[in-house]
Amino acid sequence: METGRRQTLAAIGGGVRRALPIVLGYVPIGFAYGVLAGKSGISEANTLLMSLIVFAGSSQFIAIGLFASGSGPAAAILTTFVVNLRHLLMAASLAPYLSGWKKRHLAWFSFQLTDETFALHSSAAARLGQCRPEALALNMTAQASWVLGTLLGILASGLIGDIGPLGLDYALAAMFIALLVGQCENRARVVTAILSAGVATLLNLAGWQQFHVIVATVIGASLGLFYEQWTKS
Amino acid sequence: MDQELIFWTILGMAVVTYVPRLLPPLFLSGRNLQPLLVAWLRLVPPAVLAAMLAPSLLVKGGRIELGFDNLFFWAALVAFPVAWKSGSLFLTVIVGMGLVALGRFLGIGL
Repeated sequence: METGRRQTLAAIGGGVRRALPIVLGYVPIGFAYGVLAGKSGISEANTLLMSLIVFAGSSQFIAIGLFASGSGPAAAILTTFVVNLRHLLMAASLAPYLSGWKKRHLAWFSFQLTDETFALHSSAAARLGQCRPEALALNMTAQASWVLGTLLGILASGLIGDIGPLGLDYALAAMFIALLVGQCENRARVVTAILSAGVATLLNLAGWQQFHVIVATVIGASLGLFYEQWTKS
Repeated sequence: MDQELIFWTILGMAVVTYVPRLLPPLFLSGRNLQPLLVAWLRLVPPAVLAAMLAPSLLVKGGRIELGFDNLFFWAALVAFPVAWKSGSLFLTVIVGMGLVALGRFLGIGL
C-alpha cells in the first residue's frame, strides 16, 4: 500500500515535470488572452470562466474577437465547434492506447486534451495505458498554467494601454509555429503540412471563414496519406 | 454583447469543445483501429496546425501579402528556425512576439 502510494506520487511528479515546457508556453499566451479579453470589453469573470471550462487557446482568441465585433452567440459557438473539431481526430488517435481506463478518468482526461497536451501524450502514446496518474497530472498542470496566465493577463489588462507595441497579438501564431515544427518529424508530415497550408490559404483567399481549417485538414491529411503509402511501396 | 449573453455563449462553447474531445476515448478506447485510419489520424495534427497558421501569416486584407508591411510573415521566418533549433514553445513565442514588437517600435509594418 505504502509503495503503491509512493509510486503514484512519483508518477504525478513526473507528469508535472513533463508539462513544464507547456507551462512556459501557456503562461505568456494565457496572459495575452487575458489582456486582449480585457481590451475587448469582456468581464473578468467571463474571461476566467472561458479558460476554466472551454480551455482551447485558439478558439478563445477567436471568440473574444467575435464578442468585440458584436457577432451573435451562434457565430461564436459554431466557430468554436469547427475550430475544435480537430480534437475529435486527435482524441481518436489516442483512444486505442487508453484501454483499461475507467469512464470517469477518460472523461477527465478528455476535458484537458489540447494541441499541446496531445502532442506530449502522442509522443509517448504506447505507455499511456499504464501511466494514468502521470497523464492526468500533466493535463492538470497544463490547465493550471493556462488559468494562471489568464489571471495575470486580467490583472495587467488595466495597466496596458495598447497590445500592439508588445506584440501580444502574435502569441497565437508563434504558438502554432512551435507546435507545427514539433509535429514535422518525417517527410510525410512535412508534405501534409505544406499541402494543408496551401489549401487553407486558397480557401481563405476565396472568402471562406473558419471552415477552411477543417476542409484543408481533411484534404491535407488525405493527400499526405497518399504520399506516405506511395513512397512506402 | 452583454455579459450574461456572453456567459451563455461560453457555456455553449464549452459543450461543443468537450463533446468532440470526449466521444473518441469513450467509444474507441482499447479498440484496434484500421491501420490506414491510424496512419491518417497521425497526419491530422500537422495538417490542422498548418491550416490555422498559414492564412494568418500570408493573407492580409483578402490577398497574399509578403511585403515588409506584413510583420507576421517576417517574424515567422525567424520563429520557424528558432522553433526547429530550440524545440521550445516558450522561446518561440517570446522571440515571435519580441520581433513583432520590435518591428512596430521601429515603425516597420502593421
